[in-house]
Amino acid sequence: MRLSAVDLACHRGGRDVFAGLSFAVAAGEALAVTGRNGAGKSSLLRTIVGLVRLAQGKLSLEGGDPELTIAEQAHYLGHQDALKPSLTVGENLRFWAGFLGARAVDIHPALTAVGLDELADLPAAYLSAGQRRRLSIARLLTVKRPIWLLDEPTSTLDASAQERLAGLMQAHLAGGGLILAATHGAIGLDTARELRLGEVDS
Amino acid sequence: MTPLAAILVRDMRIAVRVGGGALIGVLFFLVVVTLIPFAVGPNLPLLKQIGPAILWLAALLASLLALDRLFAADHEDGSLDLILMSRAPLELVVATKGLAHWLTTGLPLVIAAPLIGLLLNLDAPAEITLVLTLLVGTPALTFIGLIGAAIAVTLRRGGLLLAVIVLPLTVPVLIFGVAAANTVGPLPFGTPFTILCALTLASLVIGPFAAAAALRQEME
Repeated sequence: MRLSAVDLACHRGGRDVFAGLSFAVAAGEALAVTGRNGAGKSSLLRTIVGLVRLAQGKLSLEGGDPELTIAEQAHYLGHQDALKPSLTVGENLRFWAGFLGARAVDIHPALTAVGLDELADLPAAYLSAGQRRRLSIARLLTVKRPIWLLDEPTSTLDASAQERLAGLMQAHLAGGGLILAATHGAIGLDTARELRLGEVDS
Repeated sequence: MTPLAAILVRDMRIAVRVGGGALIGVLFFLVVVTLIPFAVGPNLPLLKQIGPAILWLAALLASLLALDRLFAADHEDGSLDLILMSRAPLELVVATKGLAHWLTTGLPLVIAAPLIGLLLNLDAPAEITLVLTLLVGTPALTFIGLIGAAIAVTLRRGGLLLAVIVLPLTVPVLIFGVAAANTVGPLPFGTPFTILCALTLASLVIGPFAAAAALRQEME
């Protein structure tokens, strides 16, 4: 499996966010997207899943399911955690598992993997920012999808949770997945290549 | 669980939890209708005459009450991004959210209407026609409201805009709903009721498509 982008450009609000961007990520590889604030890291991830319109260029996925779009084979972890405060931790996760297409799912392995298993019956309103982040990371584990697009996944996570996330990402890569992570700091993957945005000045 | 069933279950759960819109809609409906006899005074023939219109107006306002959060909440917490990415057609997701909203807001109004109708001196035949027209007409109010909810999704004070956009669109439903519910008026029941059914069927189709188009446009 190989996700490749050729000559991507993105315009938002009458401004060129980035242009002439090309890269490729193969199965088992991670790409750390770096750059100053406003360089278009989030816009790039949102462009890949179709939430921002592609102004120019071509995105293609070789070796994926030809019936599905890239967005349907990708997990997107955005800035917001997509959680409902009035639902419990378990209900939130079960909803996303069901919505993303899991038939019958046991959410406990995913909750254990992010260290939230004891809180399954707690309303999500009572979670801290880091716990909310971990719960939305658990979403990626309930339904298996090859592409992970992570927008600053380590923000709000403490040191041990960052380590845990690095472990989950390594397991995903070892299982033939690929990762694009927008980040400022280290994401804890030694093998990650870097894609630096912001060289193109608008 | 299929994606649409998951949405239906989640939205209904949220609506009945603390802070959800389900109970508030019914309470608002009851309060508004209860105020009318105090304002109009104990004039029983007059109450009987304006009763169906009052109940319909109150139902209209109550169905709009929680509607502005329908997509705005999903937009603010990022759920809408994942919904837009999903394989489930957006039109069907929107229609499912509309169904969940009607089941938790519209249906309780239909059930509460005969009780509160007693306050407005409605007799048994008037109660039955009222419940029938509300049962058929409230889905139209919700599904027309979906359009406004989708247009107002990115706005902070979307509720006001929602009312301004949606209320004019609901005029035909209101006219034929009240005409069918009015047993003392000159019109027979069948004609306006049939048109009300047609309006509901049309809004069930147009509402989700228009709302989905608005959401796609705004997410750009």
